Amino acid sequence: MPTRRGEFLAGMREIVPLIVGAIPFAIIYGAVAVTGGMSPVAAAAMSAIVFAGSAQFVAAGLVAAGVGLGVIIFTTLIVNLRHILYAATLVPYVRHLGQRWLVPLGFTLTDEGFFTTIRRYQAPDNSPYKHWFFAGTAAAMYVNWQIWTWIGIWAGQSIPNPRSWGLDFAFPVTFLGMLLPQVHSVPVAACVVAAAGTALLLQSLPHQLGLVAAALAGVSTGMVVERFAPAKSTAVKETIHHDPA
Amino acid sequence: MTLREVLMIVGMAAVTIATRYPVLALFRHVEFPPLLLAALKYIPPAVLAAIVVPGLVAPQGDIDLSLRNDFLIAGLFAAVIAWRTNNLLLTILLGMAGLWVYRWLVM
Repeated sequence: MPTRRGEFLAGMREIVPLIVGAIPFAIIYGAVAVTGGMSPVAAAAMSAIVFAGSAQFVAAGLVAAGVGLGVIIFTTLIVNLRHILYAATLVPYVRHLGQRWLVPLGFTLTDEGFFTTIRRYQAPDNSPYKHWFFAGTAAAMYVNWQIWTWIGIWAGQSIPNPRSWGLDFAFPVTFLGMLLPQVHSVPVAACVVAAAGTALLLQSLPHQLGLVAAALAGVSTGMVVERFAPAKSTAVKETIHHDPA
Repeated sequence: MTLREVLMIVGMAAVTIATRYPVLALFRHVEFPPLLLAALKYIPPAVLAAIVVPGLVAPQGDIDLSLRNDFLIAGLFAAVIAWRTNNLLLTILLGMAGLWVYRWLVM
């Protein structure tokens, strides 16, 4: 029988690989932020209050480049637009929850938390406590991100060029490991090819605008292919439960 | 922490929460049409592909399919690990190790 505690702990456990992938990223962020001129307190506060890896990363670079506040904040918005896609994907599963849940879950929504949680929600079992799993992923991700940011801030004063270590490879390789097991049908494969191709073509667009366009291209391609080449019975069936609160 | 840093962090936090929370809160009372529900399941693979492929194929900003692109070589190695083991943690660790070994041997 699923329990609240069991789901919470399962969420913490399931996100461990993604946390490992995020550690190098947190270290580089902390190091780049302080070497680029941000104060250590500000670098740590940004991890605690903004809690958005890619955006923090870009902002640290913009601070180092001496860019104005308005540009930094606007860039943050653009880099984070993909969260809207994540939130929209989660809505059918979390709509029964009250604000007491939605506010903290919304605040802590990350790439890693989303990809782990959506797999839990898409699992066919009827557990009424899947939002506890969501909370477990978010809590583990949040605490880990703070700790490794601090270590990065500390390391930033001693490691000369953290990027030269290849630590930034952790980000694509983590998501590669997430992506491959999901490619289980022709429509998903078409979706992946279209999204990847579009992302490469639109790479020159600033600040991941190409990413959102590529995601939309992938989704529409998957839908079209699904219509003409209906998924075989081997494809994972999706069930959405509307649990009463 | 300077005033400029405080303003930066508050501003960034505000726009970030604006991309995360309102959709969760506002659309909870809206029944999604079946077409939209069918579309949502493609969002995870599409976003992942759009992050991964440019990160490996064009890590410096330009498409680089040569052996000098260590991210691509190590990424292909990691893909094989992912396919054979279906173990995410192992894929990340061996992928990182593969990058360092390739750099040490070749670059």
